Amino acid sequence: MKEARTRRVGKAKRAHRGVGRVGTALCAFAHPTLLLLALCTPLLATEIPLDQRRSGYEDLSRDSKAMEDDDTANPATFWVLDGEALWNAKAGSANKSCADCHGDAAQSMKGVAARYPAFDERLGRPIDLEERINLERRDRQNAPPLKFESHELLALTAFIGRQSRGLPIAEAADPRLKPFIAQGRALYELRQGQINMSCAQCHDDNWGKKLAGNIVPQAHPTGYPIYRLEWQSVGSLQRRLRNCIAGMRAEPFDFGAPDYVALELFLMQRARGMTIETPGVRP
Amino acid sequence: MARALINVPQKAKSGQVIEIKTLISHIMETGFRHDNVGKAIPRNIITTFVARYNGEEIFRTDLFPAIAANPFVSFHTVATESGTIEFEWTGDNGFHETGSAKITVE
Repeated sequence: MKEARTRRVGKAKRAHRGVGRVGTALCAFAHPTLLLLALCTPLLATEIPLDQRRSGYEDLSRDSKAMEDDDTANPATFWVLDGEALWNAKAGSANKSCADCHGDAAQSMKGVAARYPAFDERLGRPIDLEERINLERRDRQNAPPLKFESHELLALTAFIGRQSRGLPIAEAADPRLKPFIAQGRALYELRQGQINMSCAQCHDDNWGKKLAGNIVPQAHPTGYPIYRLEWQSVGSLQRRLRNCIAGMRAEPFDFGAPDYVALELFLMQRARGMTIETPGVRP
Repeated sequence: MARALINVPQKAKSGQVIEIKTLISHIMETGFRHDNVGKAIPRNIITTFVARYNGEEIFRTDLFPAIAANPFVSFHTVATESGTIEFEWTGDNGFHETGSAKITVE
């Protein structure tokens, strides 16, 4: 499986050459549905009209919905509670906690997750919530960065994200974000990997249909970080994106790559106005 | 860090059927997996869950490797008297966690 992945470039021919006959044959057997989708779908990639957008929540089973709806049934609550503890814990050589500067997160962090990724002056590019937390740790707390997908970073993002639950995803007002949204859109529409598919082919053109028994969702990042039943854990949007990219048999970017942030930014703008559910539950 | 979330109605009428929901943080490692160098990952699961209503056992279940991480157990009981409902989870490697909730029956 591993060697069958190719660089993320959208050139199927190159991919096939690199992998050889066995890999190609395997791929055809392993993913006939994906291949059919890729071959038979006209390349229209029309954007979903705003009023037809739906959260992945709508396609959940009754049980999974009940899990997301009730905080005492949603396992992501453990991460939120740990995040709250971390928010109030002193860290780094500055011996300061998040709360020392930001106070009550229910006030200060309300709506923050709804407008991230946001443009960072010093880096000259957008950063997501995870990067923001690590920058704050470095600059204010003199603390080492938290690893991507570590329990601590997921806990803090889940806790901060939770403060925006019920709020609409903000439309990007900063004009400096424009080129990055365009970059995210280009990635979203780029056919890539051995299967030579784009995100748009599934999530714009074929949402609501079945892929190997699962409903193809519209891919709106309304509930991140999510508790994914398949992972039996909370995971970030970047982890989810890696999943899809690996599923297209392309090489995923490293965690923290600006490409992911551009994609996250585009997806958030595509879902502008939709309600934040963090922490969501997904199959 | 083990931790439990317990959802018991604070108040109930005498004789009322109430739903009790519990969620506990646990990895529920099956014992059937191997790590990236082929070494077996030892089993680490919760094996038993017990609930007691004012000391009397009202619910007990065994848990098995096929149960997912962070087990959620819910059950119904009849609210008979005010008091405490206690919960106890035991498992591999000496795992032991308790929790309780108060209920007022009118």
